[in-house]
Amino acid sequence: MATTDTAERPAKKLSASATKRVLPGFGLSLGISLFFISLVLLLPISGLFIRAAGMGWEEFWFVITDPRVVASYKVTALAALAASLFNCVFGLLLAWVLVRYEFPGKRLLDAIMDLPFALPTAVAGITLATLFAESGWYGQYLAELGVEVAFTPVGIVVAMAFTSVPFVVRTVQPVLEELAPEDEEAAMSLGASDLTVFRKILFPMLWPAVVTGGALSFARSLGEYGAVIFIAGNSPYVSEVISLMIFVRLEEYDFPAASAIAAVVMTVSLLLLLAINVWQGRYLKRLHGG
Amino acid sequence: MATRKHRRVGDTPLVRRTLIGLAVGMTVLLLFMPLVLIFVQAFADGWGGYISNILSEYTLHAIGLTLLVALLTVPLNLVFGVFLAWLVTRFTFPGRKLLATLIDIPFAVSPVVAGLLYLLLYGSNGWIGQWLGEHDIQLMFSWPGIVMVTVFVTCPFVARELIPLMQQHGREEEEAGVVLGASGWQLFRRVTLPNIRWALLYGVILTNARAVGEFGAVSVVSGNIRGETNTLPLQVELLYQDYNIVGAFAASSLLAGIALLTLVVKAIIEWRQSRN
Repeated sequence: MATTDTAERPAKKLSASATKRVLPGFGLSLGISLFFISLVLLLPISGLFIRAAGMGWEEFWFVITDPRVVASYKVTALAALAASLFNCVFGLLLAWVLVRYEFPGKRLLDAIMDLPFALPTAVAGITLATLFAESGWYGQYLAELGVEVAFTPVGIVVAMAFTSVPFVVRTVQPVLEELAPEDEEAAMSLGASDLTVFRKILFPMLWPAVVTGGALSFARSLGEYGAVIFIAGNSPYVSEVISLMIFVRLEEYDFPAASAIAAVVMTVSLLLLLAINVWQGRYLKRLHGG
Repeated sequence: MATRKHRRVGDTPLVRRTLIGLAVGMTVLLLFMPLVLIFVQAFADGWGGYISNILSEYTLHAIGLTLLVALLTVPLNLVFGVFLAWLVTRFTFPGRKLLATLIDIPFAVSPVVAGLLYLLLYGSNGWIGQWLGEHDIQLMFSWPGIVMVTVFVTCPFVARELIPLMQQHGREEEEAGVVLGASGWQLFRRVTLPNIRWALLYGVILTNARAVGEFGAVSVVSGNIRGETNTLPLQVELLYQDYNIVGAFAASSLLAGIALLTLVVKAIIEWRQSRN
């Protein structure tokens, strides 16, 4: 076994490098890509971790478990969770309507769905804050109902939900488009109700895409800053998000604390990114009959 | 067989109307009204007020700086994105998947952390910053720092648009070009570019939209000096905090205009694709 393995390997490598050489530019594009990624991404990131590692464990632990910082982890995680759950439902609805129905204004609806990706976060922030302020277009009616959004943690959820709307819509849409109609039509013609068919046949095929979109939306929400700070009120222990916490430490010129918290946030973000990639890889393999 | 005649989930008029109504209603509330509000507020003092707000000294300077940042960032990320997409989709080599994952990092990182990364390295007590300080070069709290973090934040967009498309097209056409004796540049211009030009255009426009709109990362490294290191989004924040709401929304309307332009270009490109 082992000998045939090693005997085959050089031959495979040879053929791989042979196809490699058909197209020009391998060396150049590899060089430029590696240089760029190292300089722009890897160097600054390793800089942060080396800084944080240089602090000593006790100081590091003390800084990242400061009660105000811990409160900001909780606020951020809970708000991001609420926002991405909202987006799972809203995104599924939107994707469904955009794929399944024809109606006037559909193209406009589809186009405006990407607005949160294109609109600068600071602009989104002041706009949402103005809409939900006590005298704002939405705030005045909500105030009558006794609901406060601006300058409360609910405002954070609204801002996070706004900035991450497109994720679920855009991951579910293509899956819904490619869904084969046979099973669904068979079940319908056998007299099953809409809800049963959706639950038993459609949802099992859709949920991996919903989860992927939800996870992307969650990851984005964890780091959201511009849209959040204008509407959050930013009071310590109550409505401070983690990105703001890092900013506050920076303004106090407490670089070690800022780096330590940033290292925690960075680690969580990278793990989340990795998890989403692994999950997507598996799910795509299953979808395309691997 | 008339498969279209089969009933599918959600076909009954009541369900159909309810779902469309809900989707449209919520989109209007969540996405459309905010857009309307920006322009209503921007023009609250009429055209004259709008023009004078845009032409105010600091806003004008912020527009200039923002254009400079975009002008430097976009070409850099365009070149990088094209080379990376070429590398990842046209060759097989160990570590290919890792590279494709690495460039997603800026999507996952909080913009404030992104700014901090650069501040730690190039700031006055960073490793490189100290050396730069000895040579009287200041990158942080001035425009080069703003460009650097903007490059970080926007570097995935072009590659992300190109990679799926180039993967789908495969390498056969380019390989045929090589056999026919095309040089690398001819190959790219004559064979690859016609296939990817619309995705490339959208990638560039998206990079531009994000470059002019970046807030968190720029906020960390800018130092917010009025009329010096304030980009347009930072100027929006300053005006808003000064209770100059109309001024803040006037500046915002420019950024919202760029965002709308981005959406229009995307819609046109998708319309062209669906027609083919």
